[in-house]
Amino acid sequence: MSAAQIMTMRDAFIDTLCDRMAADDSIFFLAADLGAPALDRIRSEFPERFINVGIAEQNLINVASGLALEGFNVYTYAIAPFITMRAYEQARVNLAVSSQIRPVKVTMLGLGGGVSYVVSGPTHHCLEDLAIMRLLPNMSVYCPADWVTAGALVDHTRSTNGPAYIRFDGKALPALYAEPATVNLPRGFSQLVQGTATCLVSTGFMTHRALAVAQQRPGVAVIDLYSLKPCDEQALATALRPYNRVISMEEGFINNGGLDSLVAKVIREHELPCRQESVGFNDRYVFDLGSRDHLHGINGMDEAAVIALIDRQRSI
Amino acid sequence: MIRELSELTAKARWVWSETLRMHRLAPETRVASSLSAVEIFTALYYGGVLGHNGADPRWEGRDRLIVSKGHGSICLFPILADRGYFAMAELDRICQPGSFLGGIPDTIIPGYETINGSLGHGIGVGCGMALGLKRKGAARHVFVVAGDGEFCEGSMWEGIMFAAQHRLDNLTLIIDNNRLCMLDRCEKIMTVEPFEQRFQAFGWQTERVDGHDMAAVHGALSRLKLRGATGCPAVLIADTVKGRGVPELESDTLCHIRTLTPDEIDRATGGVR
Repeated sequence: MSAAQIMTMRDAFIDTLCDRMAADDSIFFLAADLGAPALDRIRSEFPERFINVGIAEQNLINVASGLALEGFNVYTYAIAPFITMRAYEQARVNLAVSSQIRPVKVTMLGLGGGVSYVVSGPTHHCLEDLAIMRLLPNMSVYCPADWVTAGALVDHTRSTNGPAYIRFDGKALPALYAEPATVNLPRGFSQLVQGTATCLVSTGFMTHRALAVAQQRPGVAVIDLYSLKPCDEQALATALRPYNRVISMEEGFINNGGLDSLVAKVIREHELPCRQESVGFNDRYVFDLGSRDHLHGINGMDEAAVIALIDRQRSI
Repeated sequence: MIRELSELTAKARWVWSETLRMHRLAPETRVASSLSAVEIFTALYYGGVLGHNGADPRWEGRDRLIVSKGHGSICLFPILADRGYFAMAELDRICQPGSFLGGIPDTIIPGYETINGSLGHGIGVGCGMALGLKRKGAARHVFVVAGDGEFCEGSMWEGIMFAAQHRLDNLTLIIDNNRLCMLDRCEKIMTVEPFEQRFQAFGWQTERVDGHDMAAVHGALSRLKLRGATGCPAVLIADTVKGRGVPELESDTLCHIRTLTPDEIDRATGGVR
């Protein structure tokens, strides 16, 4: 499999997980009536450890937590806005709160982060998840930008304790990393482009946009931040210190607890000498139709808008 | 394990009076919904129904008990202390700094499996445990104690469907059917009865008892636990009285949030202690 291959995060993750299930009989996979080509393998090879709970995200998390209390390592899979928001209180009580007292190994896999279900409208867009899942104590939050990172998260979540949420993009995207070993999950981010003056800190799909922008504006640095919690904030501060402008880029609501809040905390607590700006959706739902680029364009998030932001700041 | 009915009944009376004593120490506790469940918990812990080990609360061979109606289980505190989960002296520190006995019990208390207090979670979590035990080949039983008001929560019915679908005959749900929510009688707020027809339509075995008849509660729980490979989950509807044994509570539809005065507690317990 060449690194440049285009692949969905969910298929890379589920394929790797299926491989691990053969040797590790503690793994369960629970879905809320959501499929994937790679999932057919788990369904046929491990029917005793694959459960479709039906369209019932609250029960998905409750059943998963019961299995986890019996010592199983449970992966739960549903559409991102439903697994995070329909079942938020189940995740809060039975994963976040409970895991502070007892081991609860449940990983929530949310498919269709951001506006990757482009024309499906506000119910299927997921612009709140990174902020609200970050808010929960004891919950890890990951937002991979490519399928290599997604695949690496299988062994990472197997080797770490406690509940986690992973946002998968709904679309197949090209790889950004040559192999899983180049993804530094304990640190939480990778600097993909070195630069001067301006640094883009992006997560998920927006890392592809940041890389395209950096090609157009040599000297602009790019950091792909895939672990929003935990994140090695000391290392991130060190990485950001050379820049006098930091622009966070996320497919989510800004100024309300997502990636930009994490970046702001690091800048504030480490007294970094830089100005920060946020690229993302600004406190309004998206009913517009068209391509993903189109939706980004009318929200100041497409390539041209980010380049214009960089140039405008330069001229001040 | 207590084999004599008279001893079980006496133990239930002790649990009842200890519950009131703790309410006196911590008036913020929910006493009315704890008094309706006294015989249920007494049968489970003293009648040889629930396999457990107070010296090793997470003993792998234990049966699992999930107290979905968390608030209404203050009566379980004296039982757990008496059964060796923690020192009896802990009861005197209820709701005090450094104590683990809070107004709504959580898994920080030895003997409690889950985080409680948010209603509607217990049955789904119990389904996961029951399924996990089956997959492990462990012949252990899962009991879930829920209040009737909880059945307004949609997540209960998601779990009820799941349990039947997966033939969880190692799962028994106990409804403390005291017929009162916080503000009024259930049927005036949201009708949850008739439980038999509803549960049978969902593929469950049902049984109903007087929840304060010690022999009936104990007999039904023992039968249901030992029902064998029936292929279906079971529910015991225990008809109870909220605030049982305290006239000021029994006659008050708002008793859920009522705090008893020391005088009221003295009058209720006078002559029985």
